[in-house]
Amino acid sequence: MTAVLSCQGVRKLFGPSVVLDGLDLDVAEHEVVALIGASGSGKSTLLRCVNLLEDLDDGTIHLDGAHITDPRINPDLVRRKIGIVFQAYNLFPHLSVLDNITLAPVRVHKRPAASARSQALALLDRIGLASKAAAFPDRLSGGQQQRVAIVRALVNSPRLLLLDEVTSALDPELVGEVLDLIRDLKADGMTMVLATHEMTFARQVADRVCFLDAGRILEQGSPEQVLDNPVEARTQQFLRRLAPA
Amino acid sequence: MTDGAPPLSAVQLDRIAWRRRQSIRSILVAAASTAVLGVLLVVAVTGAPGWDRVRQSFLDPTIAADALPDILRGLWLNVRLLVFCAVGSLALGLVIALLRTLRGPVFFPVRALATSYTYTFRGLPLIIVIYVLTLGVPGLRLQGMPSVLVLGGLALVLTYSGYLAEVFRAGIESVHPSQVAAARSLGLTYRQAMRHVVLPQAVRRVAPPLLNDTVALQKDVGLVSLAGPIDAVRAAQISTAEHFNYTPYIVAGVLFVLLAIPLIAVTDWVTLRAARRQASR
Ligand SMILES: Nc1ncnc2c1ncn2[C@@H]1O[C@H](COP(=O)(O)OP(=O)(O)OP(=O)(O)O)[C@@H](O)[C@H]1O
Ligand SMILES: [Mg+2]
Repeated sequence: MTAVLSCQGVRKLFGPSVVLDGLDLDVAEHEVVALIGASGSGKSTLLRCVNLLEDLDDGTIHLDGAHITDPRINPDLVRRKIGIVFQAYNLFPHLSVLDNITLAPVRVHKRPAASARSQALALLDRIGLASKAAAFPDRLSGGQQQRVAIVRALVNSPRLLLLDEVTSALDPELVGEVLDLIRDLKADGMTMVLATHEMTFARQVADRVCFLDAGRILEQGSPEQVLDNPVEARTQQFLRRLAPA
Repeated sequence: MTDGAPPLSAVQLDRIAWRRRQSIRSILVAAASTAVLGVLLVVAVTGAPGWDRVRQSFLDPTIAADALPDILRGLWLNVRLLVFCAVGSLALGLVIALLRTLRGPVFFPVRALATSYTYTFRGLPLIIVIYVLTLGVPGLRLQGMPSVLVLGGLALVLTYSGYLAEVFRAGIESVHPSQVAAARSLGLTYRQAMRHVVLPQAVRRVAPPLLNDTVALQKDVGLVSLAGPIDAVRAAQISTAEHFNYTPYIVAGVLFVLLAIPLIAVTDWVTLRAARRQASR
C-alpha cells in the first residue's frame, strides 16, 4: 500500500526560525489525519508546503508516489490534485457562489460552462445551499461560506483535501454544519489532513491525531490514545492547558 | 394566507407617521437656512463698494455671448483630449502596475523599468513633459511626426499613467494574499489568478480614486495649449485680451464646472457604492 501523501524530513525556515525540522508524515488512502499543536507550531506551514504554496528548505513530499517538491515539475498541475481550505478569505467576494465553484473547472480545465454549472449545482444541493447559488459570499453566514469553500475545493476531484482550521472563525452553532459536511466526505472516502485547535473536532473525524512540537510530530496515534492517554510530557502539558477552556 | 402581511399595529403606524413628520420638518429647516444664507451672500456681494466695477469687468452678458462660440470650440478640444488621455492613461497605468507585480528573475529588467517609470513621471512636472514632447520632439524632424496635439496628449498620458499605475498597484496589493492562495490551490496559474480573482477586486476597490484622478486630468488637459492648440481656457484668454474684460474666463470656468459635474457625480456614486459594499461585508 503506497501512501497518498508522504512527507519525509520536511524542513522549513522563515528567516532564522526553524518552523518544520525534519518532519515525517505518511497519510494512507481514505485516512483522515488531524494535526494539533500549539499556535505557531507549524500546522498551517505544513499544509501550505504540501500545497506547494511554500518552498521547502529540505526534505521531500510525495503525492501518490510522485515527487511533487521537485522544482522541475509544474506546481499548478500538482495543486489541481490537492484541495485546500483556509480559516477565512476562501471565497472570491466578487463572484457569486456558483461562479466561485465553476471558476476553476471553466478556466483551468476548460470544461463547458453548462456541465460545470450542473456539477456545481449538484454539489450545492448536497450541502443544502442550492438556493444560494446566485448569492454573493457576503450574503452567506460564516458556516455557509466555509461549506461552499469546501465544496469548491472538491470540483477538481482532488486526491487529498487539506483543511486549515476551517471552523475556528465560526460561532459554535455554525461549527456543527461544517463538521457534518466533513464527516460526509470522510464517509465518501476522501483522504484529508486537517489542522485544528478543537479537540472534539479531531476526536470526531480523525483516524489519527498528530501532535506537532518543535517542528516535528512528537506523538501520534488514535484520538483516544493521543488525546486521552498521551505519553509525552509536552503533549500532556498542551492538552492540560486546553482542558479548562 | 390571502392578503400577505398582517395589518400594522397602532405603534408601528404611529412610528411611520412620526418619521414622516420628522422628514418634512428637516426639509423645511434645510430650505429656510439655505434661503437665509443665500440672501445674506447676495446682499454682501452686491452691496460691496466695488460691485459695479467687478460686474462690468467679469459679468458682461454681451461679451459672454460674443466669446461663447470660440470657448465652446476650445472646450470640444478639451473633451476629445480628455477622452483620449483618460483611456490612454488608464490602459498604460494598468499595464505598468501589472509589470511591477511580475515575479521571477527574467522579469527583473521589466520590473525595474516599470518602477523607474512611475518614479520619473510622478516626479516630473507636467509642464516640462509637455514642453519636451511638443517643442523638443518635433525638432528631431523625424518622418511621420504626429501633430503637436497628439504629442501633448501623449505627455498627459505619460504623466497620468504614472499616478494611475500606483493607484492600480495599491488596489492589487490590497487584495488579501489568501485570495491568490485560494485561486492557486484551485489550479489557476498566476496569470489566471490575476485576471479572474485579483484584478476584478482591485479595480472595484480603487475605482473611486481612479475616477478622482480623471477629474483632475480634465483640468490638466488644457495645458496642451502651452504648445499652441487652442483649448477653452486659451480661447477665453484670447477673448479677454480682445475685449479688455474678464467675462470670457468666467464663461470658461462655468463650462468646466458643468463638464465636471457628471464625472464628479459618477465618482461620488461609485465611492458610495464601494462604501456600501464594504459595510455589508
Ligand atoms: N510567511 C511567513 N513569514 C515568516 N514567518 C512565518 C510565515 N508564516 C508563518 N511564519 C511563522 O512560522 C511559525 C509557524 O506558523 P504556522 O502558521 O504554521 O503555525 P500554526 O501551527 O498554524 O499556528 P496557529 O495554530 O496559530 O494557526 C510561526 O512562528 C509563524 O510566525
Ligand atoms: Mg495556522
